[in-house]
Amino acid sequence: MSDLHVVTSPATLDPASPLAVRGLTVSYGEKPALFSLDASFPAGAMSAIVGPNGAGKSTFLKAALGLIPRVSGEVTIFGHDVNRARDRIAYVPQRASVDWDFPTTAIDVVLMGLYGQIGLWRRISGAHRARARACLDRVGMADFADRQIGQLSGGQQQRVFLARALAQDADLFLLDEPFAGVDAATEAAIIEVLKSLKAEGRSVVAVHHDLSTVSAYFDHVLLVNLRRIAEGPIATAFTADTLSETYGGRLGALQIEGLALVGT
Amino acid sequence: MATFLNALFLQAGYNAALVALGAALLGFAAGAGGSFLFLRKRALVSDAVAHATLPGVGLAFIVMVALGGDGRSLPGLLLGSAITAWLGLLGVEWMVRRTRLSEDAAIGAILSVFFGIGIVLLTIIQSMSQGRQAGLEGFLLGSTAGMLFQDAVLIAGGGAAVVAIIWLLRRPMTMVAFDPGFAAARGMNVRRVDLAMVGLVLAVTVIGLKLVGLILIVALLIIPPVTARFWSERAETVVWAAGVIGAVSGWVGAALSASAPDLPTGPIIVLISAGLFSLSLLFAPARGVLASILARRAFQARVHRRQGLLALSRSEPVHDPLTLRILRREGLMRADGVATDKGGIASTRVARDERRWSIARRLHHDTALIGRYDGLTPIDEVFTRDEIAQFDAGLPAAEGV
Amino acid sequence: MGAEFVQFSLTPILIGIFAAVACALPGNFLILRRQALIGDAISHVVLPGIVVAFLITGVVTTGPMLLGAAGAALVAVVLIEVVRRVGKIEPGAAMGVVFTSMFAGGVLLLEQSDTSSVHLDVEHALMGNLEQLIWLRADGWGSLLDPVALAHLPEELPRMALIAAIIGLLTMIFWRPLKLASFDEGFARAMGLPVNLIGLGLVTAAAAAAVAAFDAVGSIIVIAMFICPPAAARLMTNRLGIQVAWSLLFAVLSAILGYVLAGYGPIWIGAASSVSAAGMVAAVSGAILGLTCLFGPARGRVGVAAGG
Repeated sequence: MSDLHVVTSPATLDPASPLAVRGLTVSYGEKPALFSLDASFPAGAMSAIVGPNGAGKSTFLKAALGLIPRVSGEVTIFGHDVNRARDRIAYVPQRASVDWDFPTTAIDVVLMGLYGQIGLWRRISGAHRARARACLDRVGMADFADRQIGQLSGGQQQRVFLARALAQDADLFLLDEPFAGVDAATEAAIIEVLKSLKAEGRSVVAVHHDLSTVSAYFDHVLLVNLRRIAEGPIATAFTADTLSETYGGRLGALQIEGLALVGT
Repeated sequence: MATFLNALFLQAGYNAALVALGAALLGFAAGAGGSFLFLRKRALVSDAVAHATLPGVGLAFIVMVALGGDGRSLPGLLLGSAITAWLGLLGVEWMVRRTRLSEDAAIGAILSVFFGIGIVLLTIIQSMSQGRQAGLEGFLLGSTAGMLFQDAVLIAGGGAAVVAIIWLLRRPMTMVAFDPGFAAARGMNVRRVDLAMVGLVLAVTVIGLKLVGLILIVALLIIPPVTARFWSERAETVVWAAGVIGAVSGWVGAALSASAPDLPTGPIIVLISAGLFSLSLLFAPARGVLASILARRAFQARVHRRQGLLALSRSEPVHDPLTLRILRREGLMRADGVATDKGGIASTRVARDERRWSIARRLHHDTALIGRYDGLTPIDEVFTRDEIAQFDAGLPAAEGV
Repeated sequence: MGAEFVQFSLTPILIGIFAAVACALPGNFLILRRQALIGDAISHVVLPGIVVAFLITGVVTTGPMLLGAAGAALVAVVLIEVVRRVGKIEPGAAMGVVFTSMFAGGVLLLEQSDTSSVHLDVEHALMGNLEQLIWLRADGWGSLLDPVALAHLPEELPRMALIAAIIGLLTMIFWRPLKLASFDEGFARAMGLPVNLIGLGLVTAAAAAAVAAFDAVGSIIVIAMFICPPAAARLMTNRLGIQVAWSLLFAVLSAILGYVLAGYGPIWIGAASSVSAAGMVAAVSGAILGLTCLFGPARGRVGVAAGG
């Protein structure tokens, strides 16, 4: 066995990386949810955060964004403190994190992504509406603009969330389980949009739970199970070895071999 | 003081003793009965129940007077209050089931509307010739003044009956409060058990109306369970501890109020339980404010120490100011950032632990054991010596220890 | 509707309308954030606040009482957060512990202090004295243009109007952050919105409405107006802006109908005296909510047939 995956902290966080963390520890009560995690995602690429349930994947995103307090560690967004780079980030929370019974429409939700640009008081202009509509169109939801969000299917809701992030016109897209509980058509639509974002030079980091699609969708992977197990390009980091360490007994040996083959 | 002690030990006259006993029994019933709703995360349902008693009191008075009786008969008033409280409960459930409104909105709507109707009825009663001395306002805040002997018996007997029912139903109610899904899977009728819970709360409310009043009975149903929760993680312990806390509050409060007539019974009982709550909030061993702050700091120090040692083991510079402070304070690192001898030994051990865990994750397929890795737990607390030897065998020779 | 109406009914109705509007506006957001009962909690702790203010100043004047009540409301909100976070207690129970304890403290202080000479008691705090807020100097609609008569308007009227106007203005100014933070807290935080501050601001506005309103109209109306008009409005529409508009309409309707029914209803059915206006306003708002529960076009939960 090699010592390949032993954590080594970078001396400084890479200023070119859209999202880099060092020594990130987060806990719920007395139980660490992430322990001393280092990661540095490449710019202009699609990166996945992969690991078993409860391994701290969503916690990682939330802590990186400063949504939950961290016990220790540093985070930089394009080399800056997160508070100085908020306008460069678009965040797509888990679909289950909001109340879909809220009295609002799809286009209203997308307009929320423009609040940062419109400000508190300025009127929402026709141009803003047109932009929101274009974002809905990009995810194939233009026909549902005036629907109450609760009346949309799970996949449609996820697409509206993505459209809102598109409206933010950000350089870094952080997505928490964007494919959880969505239909195949939605998954295909979302991945197409994400790939086009990458083609525009933007960076995408997504929490992802479906091992079978990791190597097809992503360029870079962070395997996490409380700590960083491995990180790097799919070819080197997403291997039978690292997967078995990440998932332990949860995956059968055969399953792991199959997945890793896809990656190589 | 002497009169208080007399009252406390039931020496202040037969009636006062009965009131103290009744308050203790009521307190026990409220604390234990309220626990189930609290554990079910529906504590404020009792708020709706309590406020919904008022129109019943008013209607019962009007009906009794219309029938030519004495409007102030306590059993009659309590029956009326039970009926409208039940209607209020049905109203909450109906709104939650039939509309998109959430339970808290339904509770707030029912409590304010029923209370408003109750106030309207009270003003009607005040305009009736028999209504002037009705004293129904006493039901808002409770009063022991002018309490009849049979009223005290009713309260004590009702409290005892509720306690007996809680004892009989404790198992199913605990199970539903703790895990309704599991209870349903076991074939339990969750809806019926839920009804029993609110039924008990309703009974406590009605029995307590005269003594502590409808606004403060809510306190007796909520404060003791929350207080008890600070001391125990076990549902059944919470139930009985809440009962005891309620009983102590009721007993001491009634005694205080008997010894100092201008101290109203209801508020005194509530404030005593609030005092017990404050003590628990601050000083309870695991969940108290003090314990939480200490534990939080100790935990943070553990994390930083461990992270610092890992950095030392790899001869990396440590940046985090708190980590530096902890390592230096504990003599693990010299002022110039180099590990001390002690720090060197500790960091080697920590690094070895990490490597063993790393091997363990690959070799050992028991996720329950592997899942105990949290970055802090030493591996020898989880695996046996033999297992660790196996992991070491898997280590590259150069790194074995 | 002549001089008598202007003298005895116009000002109480207007005060009732402003109080209802001031409470219903923040109520919309409280309901959507599952904090409906914070209004209930706040209106209970108003009592200890005014009692403490009275004990400190020795007089029952508006300024100190409002300050005391506002202080108590903030103390309650902070305590609820402490119990909820540190004790890991669910919000409902945390609220229940705090407001009942403070209310009991208020009652005890009140009973212990000599307030017999002043108009300060629990019933007043609950029911208010809407019926007594009359405009004796008026002698007809013309008084509305008469500066002398206007100077003798009950002081509650301009105060309540001002609070309603301020809350209305704040709601408009902070509409977008309020809406965003209420719908998707995580996203709002990620955008850098001060979500905690927005939540605190909303509760403070609710407290201000409750504190200003309770003196004139009593706690019952306050609790009812926080919840019933917005809840009924939610069942009418799936748009936030339209919901707020409906809630204002329902609040105004409750205030007017409630006052009229309380004052004239008993006379219509041959009874001698009127009944509590505060109670009647709450009852009317309940009736409106009941109707929307039965017939509101957006009453059904998503996925549940509207007929239920």
